[in-house]
Amino acid sequence: MKKISAISALALVSATGAFADDLNVVCSTEQAWCDMMVSAFEEKHPDIDVQMVRKSTGETLAQVRAEAGNPKIDVWWGGTGDPHLVAAEEGLSQPSGVSTDGLLDWAKNMSDISDKKTVGIYAGALAIAYNADVLEEKNIAPPACWSDLEDERFKGEIQVANPNSSGTAYTELATFVQLFGEDEAFVKLASIGENVNSYTKSGSAPSKAAARGETGVSIGFMHDMVKLATQGFPLIPVAPCEGTGYEVGAVSIINGARNFDGAKKWVEFALSADIQSRSPEVGVFAVPSNASAKVAPQSPDLETIKLIDYDFATYGSSATRGRLLERWDAEVGSKAN
Amino acid sequence: MKRTVYAWLLLGLMSFVFLPWHMTRDGFTSFQWLNDGSPSSGLFMVLEASNWWLIPTGLAFVASLLVQFFVAAPVARAKITLAIAVMGLFATVLQGLVIVVNGPRAFTGLLSGEIVQAGQQSMGIGAAVCLISLLFAFSVSLSQSGKGQGDAFVTSTIALIISLVAVFVFFPVMHILIRAFEVDGSLSLIGFFPRFFSSEIWGLNCLIGAGSCGPAINSLILATMTGAGTTALGLSFALIFTRTDFKAKKLLRILTVLPIITPPFVIGLALILLFGRTGAVTEFFAEMFGMEKTRWLYGFWGVYFAQMLSFTPIAFLVLIGVVQGVSPSVEEASQTLDADRWQTFRYVSLPLMRPGIANAFLLGFIESIADFGNPLVLGGNFSVLSTDIFFAIVGAVASPTKAAVLAVALLTLTLSAFMLQRMWLGKKSYATITGKADSGQNAGLNPVLRFICYATALPWAALTLVVYSMIIFGSFVKLWGYNHSFTLDHYIRAFGFDFSRWRFTGVAWDSYFTTLSIATIAAPLTAIIGLATAYLLVRQKFWGKEAFEFSTMLSFAVPGTVIGVSYIMAFNFAPIELTGTSIILIIVFVFRNMPVGVRGGIAAMSQLDKSLDEASITLGANSFTTVRRVILPLMGPAIMAALTYSFVRAITAVSAVIFLVSARHNMATSFIVGRVENGEFGIAIAYSAVLIITMLTAILILQGLIGVRRLRRTDRVQPSA
Repeated sequence: MKKISAISALALVSATGAFADDLNVVCSTEQAWCDMMVSAFEEKHPDIDVQMVRKSTGETLAQVRAEAGNPKIDVWWGGTGDPHLVAAEEGLSQPSGVSTDGLLDWAKNMSDISDKKTVGIYAGALAIAYNADVLEEKNIAPPACWSDLEDERFKGEIQVANPNSSGTAYTELATFVQLFGEDEAFVKLASIGENVNSYTKSGSAPSKAAARGETGVSIGFMHDMVKLATQGFPLIPVAPCEGTGYEVGAVSIINGARNFDGAKKWVEFALSADIQSRSPEVGVFAVPSNASAKVAPQSPDLETIKLIDYDFATYGSSATRGRLLERWDAEVGSKAN
Repeated sequence: MKRTVYAWLLLGLMSFVFLPWHMTRDGFTSFQWLNDGSPSSGLFMVLEASNWWLIPTGLAFVASLLVQFFVAAPVARAKITLAIAVMGLFATVLQGLVIVVNGPRAFTGLLSGEIVQAGQQSMGIGAAVCLISLLFAFSVSLSQSGKGQGDAFVTSTIALIISLVAVFVFFPVMHILIRAFEVDGSLSLIGFFPRFFSSEIWGLNCLIGAGSCGPAINSLILATMTGAGTTALGLSFALIFTRTDFKAKKLLRILTVLPIITPPFVIGLALILLFGRTGAVTEFFAEMFGMEKTRWLYGFWGVYFAQMLSFTPIAFLVLIGVVQGVSPSVEEASQTLDADRWQTFRYVSLPLMRPGIANAFLLGFIESIADFGNPLVLGGNFSVLSTDIFFAIVGAVASPTKAAVLAVALLTLTLSAFMLQRMWLGKKSYATITGKADSGQNAGLNPVLRFICYATALPWAALTLVVYSMIIFGSFVKLWGYNHSFTLDHYIRAFGFDFSRWRFTGVAWDSYFTTLSIATIAAPLTAIIGLATAYLLVRQKFWGKEAFEFSTMLSFAVPGTVIGVSYIMAFNFAPIELTGTSIILIIVFVFRNMPVGVRGGIAAMSQLDKSLDEASITLGANSFTTVRRVILPLMGPAIMAALTYSFVRAITAVSAVIFLVSARHNMATSFIVGRVENGEFGIAIAYSAVLIITMLTAILILQGLIGVRRLRRTDRVQPSA
């Protein structure tokens, strides 16, 4: 990975594509985590040369779709589970055959509903975050529940992503439906919408805006918020009192992978307790899927957060998704200015 | 001429016999086959692997070589060679599209049989050389057969550029655009129209104050305003440079270059830190005047503001050459005829600058429409076509059909702008560089105009200066906007170097070297293709010229996301398999940025009087020599603009590249975007700062190499007495 020679310029010009004995990994989590995984894997399997590139889940899914039939990617590691499930549904990934014993239930569930084509590696709860400085200056009491967000005191202070473009926001939509029932959920989302200043395209944008004080309150994944807070921003994550949904980060082997053996070794490695315990080293505070992995003290404790029994099979399917988004457009999105 | 055809045919035949026809596993240019003794040339594939479909290619070379020997009449010989070359090309392309090992197969069922169904790998070096040889045999013969003005250089250049644009622009883009017409797996025009004319795309609600407009209308309004604004600002700058004795021209020059060499997102981020709700300027005004802190930056005005900062330099680059080129002698003539300075400017100089103004506007318009970074960061609820297309492809609900329809809407806007520009320019002549002597004194600006130029350009320059100081500042502090204690951490993490072991330890080196080498290779190629195209468009007459001109603009007008995905769809499978290589990155840059070379070239070349070419031709030079010895030396600023722009764009492009980078060939922008996505602004900004300095150095070196065009003995401005 890190072999850089002064004559790299020469080597770059040569038009070499993928070599069969390399393992081509696309990583959809944070760069530092990706880098750590690669160096740890190469240490354990010195015979395999890992070629890793970081791309977001949407970009990866688009690429995997376009390359179907002659894929250049062997394994897709990390990133929220929905696109992994879509890939499984469309036959773009294949079962790894790696045992899921010793994993937590939500990780096994991921494997079960996808015909063993994708496995959970970490989970992150959906949460509200607020900028303590902004709310203090404006004299607004911090939110504790989803329903607080409907209150007029948050007028123009809430930022959340658009579920049509962001998986994070879709998780929020599905969570509301599962928490409150479909009709009630849309009423709530519409009245929260009265306070929303903009529906961003990207799912991680609202929390970043809240960290800098560009908005007062954001909705997103808790481990991202914890990370921003540890960087020094006055951002406080809140686990909503009604309960909340969560995402499961996943790993899949691409259908037609040139190096299946290497990819399988990668999946085994990614599910092992050793490597999962090391993620806090690079500032990642998601909850690991291996039951025996150590959890960092900063990680949101899923035991104390009221987690709903998120139904990935139903809400991950294209039919439900299409229907809910259409309704969201009509009842929530269309009212945004 | 006979010798040229002969040489091309021989080269083709040799490569058919000796070079490996298909791509090897190790890659296109690997020379492994020289050593391992297993020949795989076209001839070998026919004889040993019964790939009978390669026979026509080989036959075409043999047959046309025989024609060269045995047909004596030149025109008849050329016509027969022409026919054979066309058939050879057709057969070779057809077998490549039909017989493939995987991926989409054109005309399924056209050929059957076991070997055909098994398919073949992608085309390799042998196939490429054969195709190029056939193409040139075709174009040279065409020029001899009584068509194409009998000029082999011109015909060959046209043929080459058309083929390249067809293969690397039309072929991939078709893969996506066709989806707009697809209904349940078959093509239908009836399905297309309701989708295209949907109010979700063209809604006009914002104009009557009832909600938001469709993305197409938003894009149109934004692009028109940005095009007009950047052209006006660019003209102000160009006038300050050429027609005033402004003292700090050097500093101004650097400021006008900075925004183009800025990686995406950086300007948006800096603007947020200055003008966002908690930005420095906002806080200042809130404190001083008790103004309310608002989120005005997020929406139309923020995006417009950022685009004005980002794209004015492009307008300037196009305009400076043109404004310099307006000959002082016509201005003198005007003043001799008792016109004052304003009248001279308004009725003489300004109309002569029309090609520059029109091209600058068109570029600003297209850039704005295709811009992706600024609307993403600052757009808020203001949606434009480029971001909508991106999320139609990578969003939570991916819809290639929607992306295709939106892309068609975007192309429609670009095409309309292009037509309007053509109408406005009309068929007038703008030639002012005639080779005749003049005094070399451009008329100075009249005081009012000079004041207007200063009043528009200088605040812009000041703002640019502030934005860039912010960026440099941001790379040296712990947490931009929050914790402003000094640190070198970001630079050390990105560009660390271990002197004891003599190793690059920073995480950014890999992508930094890749980016620089790819940009260095792509820039000259872009400039050559762009300027060659401009030469053909301005100086040559040929059938289908208008369509040709628009087709060269197409790759620029298609949004980067569409280009990226369509390149994967087209070039991941036989007959051309390039994904995961550095070649695909170079190609995407060359064809995406070539329109800038074309526009700049056209603007500069339409000022060169044709009598210069004619004089050269009359003195016995052919058109190649004329280009090299007469036109090129007068094109300094255009060459400079094309080289600079393509080099810089290869470094700062983002949306197309995201899909095409691979582990071996990662690019700086994809690295930066990844860090921004993770909220690691420090390292992203430090990297951006290093890139900006790298590009600035490269531009200064380029300027030194190309030098300044000497149009007249002195470039003075008439004293403003």
